[in-house]
Amino acid sequence: MSKILDTLRYSKDHEWVRIDGDKAYVGITDHAQDELGEIVFVELPPLGERYQKDEEISSVESVKAASPIINPIEGVVLEANEDLDGSPELINEDCYANHLYVLGSFSQEDYDALMDSSEYASYLASL
Amino acid sequence: MIYPYIPHTDEDRAHMLEALGLSSIDQLFEVVGEDLLLEDSVPIAHRRTEDEVQRMIDSIAQRNIRGIPFLGGGCYDHIIPSTVKALSSLPSFVTAYTPYQAEMSQGLLQAIFEFQSMICEITTMDIANASLYDGAHAVVEAALLMVSAKRGAKKVLVSETIHPFSLKALKTWALGSEYEIILIEEVDGVSDLSSLPLTDDVGGLIVQSPNRYGFIEDYTAIAEQIHEHKALFAISSDPLSLAIQKTPGQWGADIAIGDTQSLGLSLAFGGPTCGYMAVKQPLLRRIPGRLVGMTSDREGRRGFTLTLQAREQHIKRERATSNICSNQALAALMTTIHLSSLGWAGMVEAAQQSYAKAHYLAHHLSQLPGLYVLNAHPFWCEFPIVFTDAKRMRKFLQELRNEGIFAGIRLSALTRRAEDELVLLVAVTEKRSREELELYIAGAQRVMK
Amino acid sequence: MIEPLLIEKTKAGRLAYCYPPLDLPRSFDQEFEHLPSHLTREGSARLPEVSELDVVRHFTRLSTMVHGVDNGMYPLGSCTMKYNPKLSEEIAQMADFTQIHPLQDISTVQGCLSVMYNLLEDLSSITGMVWGSLQPCAGSHGEYTGLKMIRAHFLKTGDDKRTKVLIPVSAHGTNPASAAVNGFDVIEIASNKKGLVDLDDLKSKLNDEVAALMLTNPNTLGLFEEDILEISKAVHEAGALLYYDGANLNAIMGKARPGDMGFDVLHLNLHKTFSTPHGGGGPGSGPVMVNELLVPYLPKPEIDLGESGYLFDWSQEDSIGKVSMFWGNFLVFLRAYVYILRMGTDGLRAASNHAVLNANYLAKKLEPYYEIPYTSGIMHEFVISVKNYKSEYGVTAEDFAKALIDEGYHPPTVYFPLIVEEALMIEPTESESLESLDAFIDAMIRIAKKAKSDPASLKGAPYSTPVGRLDQVKAVKDAKLRY
Repeated sequence: MSKILDTLRYSKDHEWVRIDGDKAYVGITDHAQDELGEIVFVELPPLGERYQKDEEISSVESVKAASPIINPIEGVVLEANEDLDGSPELINEDCYANHLYVLGSFSQEDYDALMDSSEYASYLASL
Repeated sequence: MIYPYIPHTDEDRAHMLEALGLSSIDQLFEVVGEDLLLEDSVPIAHRRTEDEVQRMIDSIAQRNIRGIPFLGGGCYDHIIPSTVKALSSLPSFVTAYTPYQAEMSQGLLQAIFEFQSMICEITTMDIANASLYDGAHAVVEAALLMVSAKRGAKKVLVSETIHPFSLKALKTWALGSEYEIILIEEVDGVSDLSSLPLTDDVGGLIVQSPNRYGFIEDYTAIAEQIHEHKALFAISSDPLSLAIQKTPGQWGADIAIGDTQSLGLSLAFGGPTCGYMAVKQPLLRRIPGRLVGMTSDREGRRGFTLTLQAREQHIKRERATSNICSNQALAALMTTIHLSSLGWAGMVEAAQQSYAKAHYLAHHLSQLPGLYVLNAHPFWCEFPIVFTDAKRMRKFLQELRNEGIFAGIRLSALTRRAEDELVLLVAVTEKRSREELELYIAGAQRVMK
Repeated sequence: MIEPLLIEKTKAGRLAYCYPPLDLPRSFDQEFEHLPSHLTREGSARLPEVSELDVVRHFTRLSTMVHGVDNGMYPLGSCTMKYNPKLSEEIAQMADFTQIHPLQDISTVQGCLSVMYNLLEDLSSITGMVWGSLQPCAGSHGEYTGLKMIRAHFLKTGDDKRTKVLIPVSAHGTNPASAAVNGFDVIEIASNKKGLVDLDDLKSKLNDEVAALMLTNPNTLGLFEEDILEISKAVHEAGALLYYDGANLNAIMGKARPGDMGFDVLHLNLHKTFSTPHGGGGPGSGPVMVNELLVPYLPKPEIDLGESGYLFDWSQEDSIGKVSMFWGNFLVFLRAYVYILRMGTDGLRAASNHAVLNANYLAKKLEPYYEIPYTSGIMHEFVISVKNYKSEYGVTAEDFAKALIDEGYHPPTVYFPLIVEEALMIEPTESESLESLDAFIDAMIRIAKKAKSDPASLKGAPYSTPVGRLDQVKAVKDAKLRY
């Protein structure tokens, strides 16, 4: 049973977004980390670059798969979670507490267009 | 009815069909449908016995003519110790598949690990892959890496002095794509790196040394310039030349590429050869091809395995940065055995003798009228001579041919340009004996004096 | 049994090989210019310093830790691990071939060109295509080349809207990768309940933006695409081209031809179908064959037969150019040619007949013990799913594979194709005798029983190899790729 938090919004590519003031935190969902298996590497996006919605922005690698991270909302990369450099398995431990990157100047419209927790739950059930 | 390499007897077939509840093998092909099923087989010749095949091949082989090859152009006749053929012919190496099942393939994986290590040592780079198809493919993979690594990169700068066939392969890669090859011109036989058009959309620069003429190029301050523009620098080299020449790593390059044919592979009409690629640490996740890594099992025993496979096509599929699957494993094994047999001392010896003998021949040819040896730059193993007159050039080549010598390669054979016909690329390796050199010189003197 | 790295056996001053001394005149030694210091290499490379016997023992021992077709059965699906004839190896070592330089005068290489030209003729007859190129060095290289030709064709006809390639979801990973490297967008085509191409899905995705459909036939489940003629019609009506991945040609040699099925371009794997050895992962060869439409785009130079003999023809204006350094993996062509000469027209047909017979026999005998999701129309390979073993006993496809190693076999292909859960793809090839197949069946039955009675033992397999299951996570996280 995949863990889904009510406070977040979700994309079809299994990313979650959390707004905190003028920052948007982006990570991958429980479903995604479970599918990947033990995560061994996270490619973090370069700071200061603007990424469109649905643009490939990062990549998360396990031994058996490499998953692209599709940016769920347009924005500028403010921070990348450096903790993941040395300990990528943090995502497996708690995928909601460990974000991948943080966006600024993001699109509210894109955020509103994401799924809420119950929509994401239904989406997962349909897969 | 017994067919070659098919062990089944009539009895076997009957037994198996019975187990399947069928009366004929044809029933297994019904699904193909009448429209497509061939009544008889395909229209090729009837089968032949081993003896018949050997006779046929012998008569075909006789239509090839061997000579003393002063031929280079990307393929060189170097001395190969007998260990290479003997050990690379061991049946399990020859008939094995890619070592995806690591536990039962330790021998092969370890050999590849040693190959990777030796390539790193020779090029002074950090990581090398398990091989690519050939030198031209390595150049294309370098270009592909450059445009994938930099966001917005659409162009790759390439020197005109790289091997013309590698350049052709690059152009083929760019054909119909969103990428562009920008040619950097040559001046006086070497790359003109004085004003590189390093715009934001340039992924990198690819050069070659020794270049297509055999000249050693000077890359002073080039790496810094390229890195300032956040682009990558790739140098293609004959790996044997790196025993003498400054290495890509030492020039500050990010990528070292080339062909290991000069390390243990016979001429073989150009194939198979073996491409190599080695990169600096930051490019670990961008290097194409297979990688073998060292690890351990549950008992703590050291072992080797294919690793970082998440980059490869069988996992990433359409998001893989390269489509390479098979590489040139057995050829890479030959290079590994060759290098193991020579050691560094042997490599240096072979490189130095090639250097010396090439200079010896060039020196003597330069004394002759009717041609001039281009030697404005230092060269290794190969050098260009230009004839002033096509007829004399033909006589020169014919005279030497009569002595059993293949005197050189017309540059036009590589560039496919008529204006390059009077340029002859002459290659001299450590394998050319004093006798062969004097034979060449004497023949040349007879024609030109 | 750990075999040290050769570098670990180094003893300073040891030599395995000696060069003859440089015998140029003393005077010359002083004369010529040495390389200026700023162009000279700094430092040395760490290579082994060992004796010749050290080298021989090292690689000989390594070879005992490798499993080849010569050692035992290798039922790797989609790889066609058939026997590699010794005659081919002997011929590939003839000095009259190995000592020929690729750029020698054309009059001196007529033997090599004759082999290549005749091979192309035979491959054309076998596939029902018009002509081809031997330049690509591997299957995926052939795919790259074929797709590049398709691209060039549409650019030439001004149809450059065609930027998509359709690929079944069951396809081999090189298919979408090759398409992507050529700048195409990949659109997946679903499989129907029979495991074949879903015709409705295909037709719904065919339009004027599609350049090609890539197919293997039989497909990666070992099933013949019965609707191939209808598929071909639909693809061509939409103005697109049909690409054949020749990896599974071993099922239909002498029985049916891709050219007759409507394929416009294909690649072959000489190291699969035509028995050239796999060499541990290459060198292979991936020739491309085309119909009349695509001939102008073939890589150059082409091989022609003129009045005075064979020659290289560089004149085609529409050629896509070069994909390899020289002319392709010649020694591999030689082996494939020898194989074709040995087998002849009825031998090739027999090879496919027996490859299909062997696979069907195995499937039939294993059915009581293993789930085979798609059983109708099996040709030269088939796919088992052990998902029921996984859910009931926790034993996965990987565990079955490792257990087979202890039985002395190289495991089948695992986790491919992606559309079958916990897949094991088995391709025996025609090389295996009835006894060999029966022994394999017995081993598989033993493992199936053990999966139920003692699953833990399978999870710890293999036990009989120099090392046990390796830490793959450590290999990635702590990547050590050189000594």
